[in-house]
Amino acid sequence: MRPLTYSRASAVADAVHAVTVDPESAYLAGGTTEIDLLRQDVLTPGRLVDINDLPLTGIEETRGALVIGALARMSDVAAAPAVRTRYPLLAQALEAGASAQLRHMATMGGNLLQRVRCGYFRDTESPCNKRRPGSGCGALTGVNRGHAVLGTSEHCIATHPSDAAVALTALDARVHTRTTAGHGAYHIDDFFLLPGDTPHREHPLEHGELITSIEIPDTPTARNSTYLKVRDRASYEFALVSVAATLQLEQGRISGVRLALGGVATKPWRARRAERLLLGAGADRRAFAEAAREELADAAPTPMNAFKVELAQRAVVRALESLA
Amino acid sequence: MTTQKPTATRPTDTGPLPVRGPGPVPVTLTVNGAEHRVDIEPRVSLLSALRDSLLLTGAKRGCDQGTCGACTVHVEGRRVLACLTLAIACEGRPITTVEGLADGDELHPMQREFIACDAFQCGYCTPGQIMSAVALLDEGHASDDDEIREWMSGNLCRCATYPHITAAIRAVRDTTSDPS
Repeated sequence: MRPLTYSRASAVADAVHAVTVDPESAYLAGGTTEIDLLRQDVLTPGRLVDINDLPLTGIEETRGALVIGALARMSDVAAAPAVRTRYPLLAQALEAGASAQLRHMATMGGNLLQRVRCGYFRDTESPCNKRRPGSGCGALTGVNRGHAVLGTSEHCIATHPSDAAVALTALDARVHTRTTAGHGAYHIDDFFLLPGDTPHREHPLEHGELITSIEIPDTPTARNSTYLKVRDRASYEFALVSVAATLQLEQGRISGVRLALGGVATKPWRARRAERLLLGAGADRRAFAEAAREELADAAPTPMNAFKVELAQRAVVRALESLA
Repeated sequence: MTTQKPTATRPTDTGPLPVRGPGPVPVTLTVNGAEHRVDIEPRVSLLSALRDSLLLTGAKRGCDQGTCGACTVHVEGRRVLACLTLAIACEGRPITTVEGLADGDELHPMQREFIACDAFQCGYCTPGQIMSAVALLDEGHASDDDEIREWMSGNLCRCATYPHITAAIRAVRDTTSDPS
């Protein structure tokens, strides 16, 4: 790892100021991705500003929402009674991610900002438009079995790796931030950017803008929800395909549904097309399969990851059937 | 959508934070109840500080990238990976390593059961397995073998002693849990 300097902040304003005025500085929270990528020279900040002492760890029920502090650990959020009862899909997504040790370390803000697992991004000898804009994409014609089939561009096909962000996308979460100038808030759909021509831009945050909390609006239908994760191993592995789903029925008809996909897209993928088809439809396998097929209609697979198109549809059907 | 770009509310007026490094700086670590002062660069991992500065070689350097779990230690009572933790970030946060589990010559029940159940072969992953297993029981995720396996999945064993590790955890669970 390159030499670097270290500062520890105890107040949000101090941390935000320190990083904002110094282009060489980066925040350090759980460090589970960051330390790894520092060691591999993928990230090269000159200074780390440790934010683990900041008072951003709360999990609070407010009127109309649940507000999760950016520094709340994945394990604490998954165990919180309010999360388990009101948003089972989020608790399940969190516990399906990483390992017990990593979940004690990793923060919710860091989870949203975790970097892709693409081997070409993580190998500094390879071309990568995310790591070195304009250098090309090694994955397009390389080993891309785990890569995305939705939201791709000719410059990047890396899959967004988060499980929790998929559940949060289904839940219309909002990401709250602080800058030296004030406060910001982003709907989660706007928080994750498609790669397009600028795959190095993964989110709209300015340098030094700090995530302070994640707000989940009350979603009564989320009590009947699930997170289904399909992977090469039973545990401790990233998703090949995942589905976050909520379902509400009235007299056999679908009166409420939320669907988001992980493992198949360059950002946590809200399946709005499928949702539109499902609303008002009968809760049966045929309707589920038709909606899933429509959502994947624009998939752009490679020969290696073409299996994901079918696998994603089957996972959608299975997730919805488990809730119907 | 309800997105708004940052808007000015009030200016901040704060002084600069103290900067430490990049050369060696004095760092105080509390390990197994004892305070140690080491001179290390900020980039040094907790695993390196434990092994190379404090000569506590129980925590093992397996993958050094957060994959294998051989470096598992407890920080503030929670199991974490020492290879992905900076030592300097642990100032003020008590650390327990496998060397701190025994009470004098009296092994921790988990250590005893690992021996009794033959739960290791080459032994390289064992300190991490034991630290993880002790935390697992505190966390309350050992109700059956499936749950034990799931919540121990962050500790890999190339010798594949998993059934014996599960048996050791089960044995400690059953001897220490209150039947009432």
